[in-house]
Amino acid sequence: MAELDKESVDATPNVTEVATVNAATDTEAVAALDAPVAQGEPILQVRNLVKHFPLTQGILFKKQVGAVKAVDGISFDLYQGETLGIVGESGCGKSTVAKLLMTLERATAGEVFYKGQDITKLSGRALKAVRRNIQMVFQDPYTSLNPRMTVGDIIGETFEIHPEAAPKGERRRKVQDLLDVVGLNPEYINRYPHQFSGGQRQRIGIARGLALNPEIIICDEPVSALDVSVQAQVINLMEKLQDEFNLSYLFIAHDLSIVRHISDRVGVMYLGKMAEIGTDTQIYDHPTHPYTQALLSAVPVPDPDAREGRERIILSGDVPSPANPPSGCRFRTRCWKAQDKCATEVPLLAIPERFKASDTPAAHESACHFAEEKDVVHAA
Amino acid sequence: MLLEVRDLHVEFHTRDGVAKAVNGVNYSVAEGETLAVLGESGSGKSVTAQAVMGILDTPPGRISGGEILFQGHDLLKLKPEQRRRIRGQEMAMIFQDALSSLNPVLSVGEQLGEMFVVHRGMSRGDAKAKAIELMDRVRIPAARERVGNFPHQFSGGMRQRIMIAMALALEPDLIIADEPTTALDVTVQAQVMELLAELQRELNMGLILITHDLGVVADVADRIAVMYAGRIVETAPVHEIYEAPAHPYTKGLLRSIPRLDQKGQELYAIKGLPPNLLHIPPGCAFHPRCPMAQAVCRTDVPPLHTVDEERRSACHFWKETLDAR
Repeated sequence: MAELDKESVDATPNVTEVATVNAATDTEAVAALDAPVAQGEPILQVRNLVKHFPLTQGILFKKQVGAVKAVDGISFDLYQGETLGIVGESGCGKSTVAKLLMTLERATAGEVFYKGQDITKLSGRALKAVRRNIQMVFQDPYTSLNPRMTVGDIIGETFEIHPEAAPKGERRRKVQDLLDVVGLNPEYINRYPHQFSGGQRQRIGIARGLALNPEIIICDEPVSALDVSVQAQVINLMEKLQDEFNLSYLFIAHDLSIVRHISDRVGVMYLGKMAEIGTDTQIYDHPTHPYTQALLSAVPVPDPDAREGRERIILSGDVPSPANPPSGCRFRTRCWKAQDKCATEVPLLAIPERFKASDTPAAHESACHFAEEKDVVHAA
Repeated sequence: MLLEVRDLHVEFHTRDGVAKAVNGVNYSVAEGETLAVLGESGSGKSVTAQAVMGILDTPPGRISGGEILFQGHDLLKLKPEQRRRIRGQEMAMIFQDALSSLNPVLSVGEQLGEMFVVHRGMSRGDAKAKAIELMDRVRIPAARERVGNFPHQFSGGMRQRIMIAMALALEPDLIIADEPTTALDVTVQAQVMELLAELQRELNMGLILITHDLGVVADVADRIAVMYAGRIVETAPVHEIYEAPAHPYTKGLLRSIPRLDQKGQELYAIKGLPPNLLHIPPGCAFHPRCPMAQAVCRTDVPPLHTVDEERRSACHFWKETLDAR
């Protein structure tokens, strides 16, 4: 396990570095910084993934009366070493996607290819081998760690399940190395979760995720339970670990600013479907799907001067029930652009025809019949 | 001044010792003004609000000093019955979690109407009509049909609207909103905040908005009070504080949040952890995490220095903080 300076995890980046960030207000200059990661073969390919949870009626003679369509046919790729952010509101199916990729839930239909192998069809030993390479970091560091186990046992448990990862005599040392990597004192190995703060607990969760040297880590709202000042520490740690171990992250969160910060590409989900997907610049600075535009415009920006300058799209109504989603485009019931076509034809996730020929950042996949570019993030 | 909190101290007696949750807080709110109280968990922002509302759990909590002047009268000197009359009529509170703040076995109509029955002595029929009127006012669709529904039959955003309706029922002069949109999705948050701001303007109420979200603050507040370890460390009009914070903690917070409109490199992170309220560091409570800390910070509690007419900063080095932008 590589050495990692504990100081630098907590410590502030040096002053000159911060200065350059602040100076780079020009979006063009910033865009150059987040050039997409070299796109080789995708490490994970998701194709038409579907998960329906049955709704049943009756006690003795259960019959299915419907289904909650939590995930209803989504496709995306995850590349080696990149971070794919998934955003959406509660109930859009983003956490179900995480569970499906972890094979904690069985998919109703569709495929997930990990290095060419469909993991939704695997079981037994073959599944266990794949799971070693796909690990997860959970949202709530207070409930995802067993309060009766020591930190050493929590992280070490992974080696009990996958004994081939570390021989018995070396496990304790390995756990201590892991604690060191995530910026915790290795001497804390015998402490219990309640002796740590929220941010430290999340570090333990990350150490557990790293224990088996996975290639992919699925992070489901990893910082949303943390205080603002601690969030930045954990985000910086995750970025550092990604560079060090060439990890691929699927980063699920509802905080759009954090997702922009950490992601190379971003997918926007609505009611079990992918509404729009592209690089962070494409999604945040050149969104073409009305839902993405509404979502972005609703995020309050920490700048009082933006109050008047930014356009606000206030959506009416609530998200419809995933048990009975609207026909055609699922967003049409709240969309200001909706026409008859939207009720009858499901819009496909593709590069809109009108942008196809040109080389604009708006030319990215968007599932809208009337895709149009609109900047809602920057003040006019 | 509508509300003035002066040198308020609150402590909690726990098995492990005395936790000093609020250590000399001063703030004031005028009619029609929005004051945002910003802080992380454990900073004392909610406890202060609970003390103002008079809903602090005592014991274990205890108000150990200070004054809370509401329209000139010290609330802490009032009898419990007098206090109860003010609560609801003159000041009201909106809580974070509407589902656990509403009574699950009473219909929302009954809960809204109860205000009028208890405080105004109305009949149940009149109270129900009032409840429908209120639900209309916070734009709950089909209010007449839904007045008999129970809290679980509403979505999160609608429940928060019911909370707002309840707080507004008797047209109070002051509303305290404790993280009113934290549990909501962003599109719903935008709806609820807009509604709250509009009603506040209409009724010219004072609003204390308690939050940890720097984005929400920038959006609605007139003034900000930043709290840390039970103290106000900086207070200023909203534009000034975002432009040039005069306290290293505020500065660190502002720099540690990622931006929606641009992609930065590494985030600035405030090192260390918020303090344990049982053992608040001596001197300035922020000194173990502060990049500017000097010897004096470890020994002397910084007073609230006057930066300019409207700004205060509890930092020995506020001048340097302002200059080192």
